[in-house]
Amino acid sequence: MKFLPDKAVERLREAAEIPDLAGTRYRLLERVARGGMGVVYAAEDEKLRRRVALKVLDAPSEDGDLANRLIREALVLARLEHPGIVPVHDVGTLNDGRVFYTMKFVQGQRLDQYIDTVPSVTERLRLFLRVCDAVAFAHARGVLHRDLKPANIMVGSFGEVLVMDWGLAKLLRDEARPRSQASDPDATIFEKPAQSGDSNVSIPPFSSATGHGTVMGTPGYMSPEQARGDVERLDVRSDIFSLGALLRFLLGCDSNVAAGATGKPRLSKALEAICSKAAAPTPADRYPTVTELGQDVSRYLDGLAVAAHRESPFEKLARFYRRYRFFILLIGAYLLMRVLILFFMHR
Amino acid sequence: MREEGFQPGGDRFPPTRRSVIEAVGSIDAEERERALESLCAAYWRPIYKYIRLRWNRPAEEAQDLTQGFFVEVLERELLGKFDAKKGRLRTYLRVCVDSFVSNEDKAGRRQKRGGNIAHVALDFAAAEEELRGAVMDPAAIPSQESLEEFFEKEWLRSLFSLAVEELRDLCSTRGRERTFRLFEAYDLEGHDKISYEQLAKEYAIAATDVTNALAWARREFRRIALERLRELCGSEEEFQREARATFGRNPR
Repeated sequence: MKFLPDKAVERLREAAEIPDLAGTRYRLLERVARGGMGVVYAAEDEKLRRRVALKVLDAPSEDGDLANRLIREALVLARLEHPGIVPVHDVGTLNDGRVFYTMKFVQGQRLDQYIDTVPSVTERLRLFLRVCDAVAFAHARGVLHRDLKPANIMVGSFGEVLVMDWGLAKLLRDEARPRSQASDPDATIFEKPAQSGDSNVSIPPFSSATGHGTVMGTPGYMSPEQARGDVERLDVRSDIFSLGALLRFLLGCDSNVAAGATGKPRLSKALEAICSKAAAPTPADRYPTVTELGQDVSRYLDGLAVAAHRESPFEKLARFYRRYRFFILLIGAYLLMRVLILFFMHR
Repeated sequence: MREEGFQPGGDRFPPTRRSVIEAVGSIDAEERERALESLCAAYWRPIYKYIRLRWNRPAEEAQDLTQGFFVEVLERELLGKFDAKKGRLRTYLRVCVDSFVSNEDKAGRRQKRGGNIAHVALDFAAAEEELRGAVMDPAAIPSQESLEEFFEKEWLRSLFSLAVEELRDLCSTRGRERTFRLFEAYDLEGHDKISYEQLAKEYAIAATDVTNALAWARREFRRIALERLRELCGSEEEFQREARATFGRNPR
């Protein structure tokens, strides 16, 4: 048996990892990233002559566990047609037995990298609102993301915000439910996942890997109930916790802030209250829906009172001043001028 | 590409080889022997080298211990005691080796054994030669972690070497010797600057033929390596983990 030097072993590992795209419409371009389940490559769709992102498992999965999860991710993405969610194009199995799916190739930066180029708090909050829009849409379709974090959000070269990596997504209910209920953003009531024996279920059943007691997610962004592995009881408020952590990150005041960032800024009480309410340890203390969280952030941006914070009369006055500062100053200047005119006329 | 009826892995990776854990407990003596041979083929080199380094044994003694260990595996049915839920077969075997060598020391036994694994050619001279060329930080040798890492690395080398040999046989059977030569030139011995075009020129074929030949060889290599790996794992879960560890890499 011929001795394989270290270099040859490494080269073989590399060679064997390359997905076999023979017989597909795709041509491999380069490796882009490695995720929790597999590797993402840039590939060219030779029929449509466009660049796509191809996500492939890095191991065959005969018992279907990881493969089912990847297929689920593709099917979840397929049901979430929203400008803020990366669209899926195709799903299948390669010649080498690995499951893959292709999606839009997003040219841009991850939010944790992009954020350094956005110094304005207002702009950061607007970015956050676009994330909220996408997540609220997913919740309305009965899908929990369960891994919302800056690394899973991409900002495209035209400023588009896309929520990525739905590999840990959990279905709150099946799409077969009445349309009126599914499309109602307020109808994001938790329901038990569909049973594997249900013949109408189009998405592979939940695997044992996501069963009760299994902890999946990212520390710092994962809700306490998710960290406990309390999978059965997760609902939209778990994602709301993650959004609260994300908001803190965007405002530069959490423990996940990238090294090199400037010191923690002092947040206004209203923003601090929004973050605290969204990321409250107890689900019952959080916003009940992402829409309400987004509305509170919008109210803050508009200079209105936020639901998360009860203002003192002084704070109300200060906010009133900040909101109508121009008119107040204008009226003040006008009144001052009148007073001065009267003063000089009666002298 | 199959785009419907997702049966991941399914027919692409038929379990042609039974796990050695199951096979070694078979009532069929021939199957038991085959399982032990497979285990021995994949593990004798890492175990021999590990004994040489970890236990600092001279070559001849390490050879006896290596052969004795595999006899011990069979006699004491050590594989039957392995619980895939608790860890990896590789780690279990390494711990068994430690225990075996330690017990041999205490009992003061040392005898030439190995009759039951006569079908596997144990080229100790070659292993010794490889060991001399092994790159290891001398300062790190005494640490347990570095030895574990060394064992893992040697095991992977052994697995890949067996897969390459099997690929060579497959190419020979199918009359694809040139494909293997291309694979050997590019993936095994390839210098960093060698290109498909250069190989195409050398073999007087089109560059696309080189691409196709290499794609086929890599696919087959991967398939063979995974089949071997599956055979050497105690459970499907362990196999999935090992497959990811074997072929998974961090992006550069």
